[in-house]
Amino acid sequence: MVGNAEVVRGEEWLRPLPAKDAVSAPYWEACARGELLIQHCPSCGNRQFYPRAVCTACGGDPEWETTSGRGTVHTFTIIRQNYAKPFRELLPYVVAMIELDEGPMMMGNVTGIDADHVRIGMSVEVYMVEAEEGLAVPFWRPATA
Amino acid sequence: MDRTPVIVGIGLSDYPKAPDLDSVQHHALAMQRALADSGVAKSEIDGYVNASSGGMMIDDPVTMAEYLRIDHRYIDGTMTGGSSFEFHAQHAAAAIREGLCDTVLVTYGSDQLSRMGRMLGTGGFQRPSRHIGGPIRYEAPYGNSLVGAYAMAARRHMHEFGTTSEQLAEIAVGVREYATLNPKAIYRDPITVRDVLESRMIADPLHKLDCCAITDGGGAFIMTTAERARDLPQPPAYFLGGAGGQTHWNISQMPDFTTTAGAKAGPEALSRAGLTPDDVDMVMFYDSFTITVLMLLEGMGFCKRGEGGPFVAEGHLKRGGKLPLNTDGGGLSSCHPGMRGIFLIIEAVRQLRGQAGEAQVPNCDVALAAGSGGWLSAIGVTVLGREHP
Repeated sequence: MVGNAEVVRGEEWLRPLPAKDAVSAPYWEACARGELLIQHCPSCGNRQFYPRAVCTACGGDPEWETTSGRGTVHTFTIIRQNYAKPFRELLPYVVAMIELDEGPMMMGNVTGIDADHVRIGMSVEVYMVEAEEGLAVPFWRPATA
Repeated sequence: MDRTPVIVGIGLSDYPKAPDLDSVQHHALAMQRALADSGVAKSEIDGYVNASSGGMMIDDPVTMAEYLRIDHRYIDGTMTGGSSFEFHAQHAAAAIREGLCDTVLVTYGSDQLSRMGRMLGTGGFQRPSRHIGGPIRYEAPYGNSLVGAYAMAARRHMHEFGTTSEQLAEIAVGVREYATLNPKAIYRDPITVRDVLESRMIADPLHKLDCCAITDGGGAFIMTTAERARDLPQPPAYFLGGAGGQTHWNISQMPDFTTTAGAKAGPEALSRAGLTPDDVDMVMFYDSFTITVLMLLEGMGFCKRGEGGPFVAEGHLKRGGKLPLNTDGGGLSSCHPGMRGIFLIIEAVRQLRGQAGEAQVPNCDVALAAGSGGWLSAIGVTVLGREHP
């Protein structure tokens, strides 16, 4: 499913909005196309997330790599108290660390499943929610077979 | 000249609630009390350190050096969150040994409870924001809380090692027992494991009573040379060794959710002191959450990795155990104004002096303080002792 994750559009974005800058713009724009990018280093082979101007292993110049958009839940919590808008209206919800099939980990919400049924090791797949024109944010749900 | 670093003065400002003090006043009051405790004249202070280096702070190091009028030859504003003061002790000791200065004052102050109330750990401090930059932009859309960050570490520790909520609760119960001996502690009623497990779940698997208090407070300590300490009234607390490290800052960059930089810094600090975990008589661990204690305990080498749960359940960290923990009542039950690391050192010194009253650990010769800053991110370790190294 490289590059063809669902992109949910047209919902009002009430969550904190990430800034696009020179380094991260390709990442956010790819999300808006339904692609989840990480970086890999052509010099040393290191893969990394979040996007940076340098390779965290060797200091070299990282390049973009499109992921499968699949991963597993490495660990998670169920947030039951959060006073901040809009999250206080969403309780309870799952915040998880997703271990991508390609290696790096990233934070996300696991949706589409009762929070009490989320388990470490479960397979998840990405979908994108458009936050503004040309910028979408990845979310996760149980993987389809 | 014997330049072995020694802590000769300690002071606490008012806690847990001090509605009439702002953070600057907490720094100032703590300094006054540390000076009085030490017998050092203010004019002797030629090094100044604090951790308020965030942008636009009213109590940042240079502003406080002006406010307190410290004519410093050495200044440090290292800010690693709650562990800052263990890093400060390490840096101050090196500066004193090197002769960059002779007498260092470290201060901390926070009016967090009076200013912001209790919602800090669960989003009350977040403001809706447009276009967030920096690494936090990869976390902010998901509504994680401070508690949630530690909860993810706790969940993974349970998954890998079978650690239980009951074992984590034992930490809160033991620290609370010490808080019952501290008249100033914010929470003083004894609690049971059941109380912890039945308290409200904040972020699974952490309950309300797995979480530290939110208080006001401030502290200060003064470090000088063993040469100068000879003429001072308090029993010396020698700096035997220190080390620190960092694995990440934001929680989503934590490389391994069941271990911290303490796994290197703990053994390094003990090695510099020429000691092993068996030589340590009491510990001051940063107890932002019960899981923080468990991971520091394992990292310092008091038990093997993954065996913290059973170690705790055996009662070793409790009053009367072989490794008493947080004898002032800790951040869990006594005082946590945001960056607790300075209180770890202050209480360790009180124990080494034999001035801890009912909470005194018998024959306390060596105390270890381990601070955790950020989200289990930057760990600083300070080993102090009663005997000249």
